[in-house]
Amino acid sequence: MSFISVFDVLGPNMIGPSSSHTAGAAAIALLARKMMNRDLVRVDFTLYGSFARTYRGHGTDRALLGGIMGFSTDDRRIPDSFSIAEERGLVYSFTVNDRETEIHPNTVDIRMEDSEGHVLTVRGESIGGGKVRITRIDQVEVDFSGEYSTLIVVQQDKPGVVAHITRCLSEKNVNIAYMKLYREEKGSTAYSIVESDDLLPDEAIQRIRENRYVRDVMLIQTQKEA
Amino acid sequence: MDGCKTNENKMNGYEMNENEWKGYEKINFRNAEELSGLCRSHGLPVSEIMLRRECGLTEVSRKDVLSRMGRAWEIMKESARSPIHTPKKSMGGLIGGEAQLLTRHRDEGKSICGSVISRSITYAMAVLEVNTSMGLIVAAPTAGSSGVVPGVLLALQEEHSISDEKIIQVLFNAGAIGYLAMRNATVAGAVGGCQAEVGVASAMAASAAVELMGGIPSQCLSAASTVLMNMLGLVCDPIGGLVESPCQGRNAAGAANALIAAELSLSGVRQPIPFDEMLEAMYTVGKRLPMELRETARGGCAATPTACSLCGGC
Repeated sequence: MSFISVFDVLGPNMIGPSSSHTAGAAAIALLARKMMNRDLVRVDFTLYGSFARTYRGHGTDRALLGGIMGFSTDDRRIPDSFSIAEERGLVYSFTVNDRETEIHPNTVDIRMEDSEGHVLTVRGESIGGGKVRITRIDQVEVDFSGEYSTLIVVQQDKPGVVAHITRCLSEKNVNIAYMKLYREEKGSTAYSIVESDDLLPDEAIQRIRENRYVRDVMLIQTQKEA
Repeated sequence: MDGCKTNENKMNGYEMNENEWKGYEKINFRNAEELSGLCRSHGLPVSEIMLRRECGLTEVSRKDVLSRMGRAWEIMKESARSPIHTPKKSMGGLIGGEAQLLTRHRDEGKSICGSVISRSITYAMAVLEVNTSMGLIVAAPTAGSSGVVPGVLLALQEEHSISDEKIIQVLFNAGAIGYLAMRNATVAGAVGGCQAEVGVASAMAASAAVELMGGIPSQCLSAASTVLMNMLGLVCDPIGGLVESPCQGRNAAGAANALIAAELSLSGVRQPIPFDEMLEAMYTVGKRLPMELRETARGGCAATPTACSLCGGC
């Protein structure tokens, strides 16, 4: 059983009305934004299940858009996120998908695009109490929560890449809490996902990028809240 | 340094280094019985055991943990007070303005509940007003039950001129009860009905209120147990699937229930069933509730003809 903090009971501090439909939605989008880490010009959300049915009454749409603009779950700008997005020139859309039913009830696909045409699509699930997980990056199934500092290495599926990643991290004395490898098929794009209790140092990230099979590195830094 | 060595001073922990988590042994408890044992062996109140558990297990200093809880209390107070002056209409349009109505009623000297209960239910409903209008709240333990704990504690603070520091301390007591419910049962309406959300929130508030008003740990747990008993079986049936009605009224009911249970416990009324057993009973009842009565908006209040006409959904 994972640790339950007093702040899991009295928390999260959040914009209402629903921890799963509002706070969780903002949290997923904020993670997606950190993964993309570029100035976005367009974002398209596809909502499934209960998100699709009740998103207006729960402010799920505003929360998602807020998260994409970098607002955390307790940011008072969330109710105004439509107008803020317009001011920033961010184009957005919401699409309901009620055909797919074999899916977690609070699921969203977020397609992000920057001015140079880079596109990243992330799927997230809001699993209750404001807790979330990311379950897909582009077409690859993954699974992480963003509760830890998370390193996502996009790589070609070749021997030695994982060893390279762990070596770069151990050189900088990073203690790995969890590490998982995901891939589409043998030899194609793979994702190494490393979760750590500590902040992940820039030097280690730079070193990881040096490997010729590493295409991209995404980073979600999470510090213990004080 | 071991801040838990002596039993002479109930609050001996306060002399410890505020900026360090080290020195806190890694204490934990799995149920109310173990919590009681820790309170007894350390000579400490429930809140202090929970606070030390947090410091020890998360390796965060006492000062930082208290400051984070202080921030939660600030948000709670603001969300309990702001709708009295500036009522907010909910996203779904079912609620808004209740806290102001209740305050006027009390200010005109017409309250039939007396000041503490009147204030508690006003604040509890106010927080739900803020929550449903996309304002900032603290889930306690959930957003739909977020009014109960601040409602009860803010009313007691005002009535008895209690410091913020003391309220922040007993929020850890409330947290201990909620932690046990999350660990050994559920706080999700979709799993256990409203008894698991507002019921647990009310148990948390009752236990914290008892400690705040001078009760000992066994009285805290007894009050929490009484709440679960008195709210057993309450279903989750939100109109239109939104956290508005009957949720807001039930937060008021949860606040009043917490005060009733705390009063019973502090006066010495005996509660025969231990908290752990009532929690298990609540969980069992919750799981046996039909799907229609667990947050699906297909039964109870949500399935009445009027609710259906308001919703227009299915």
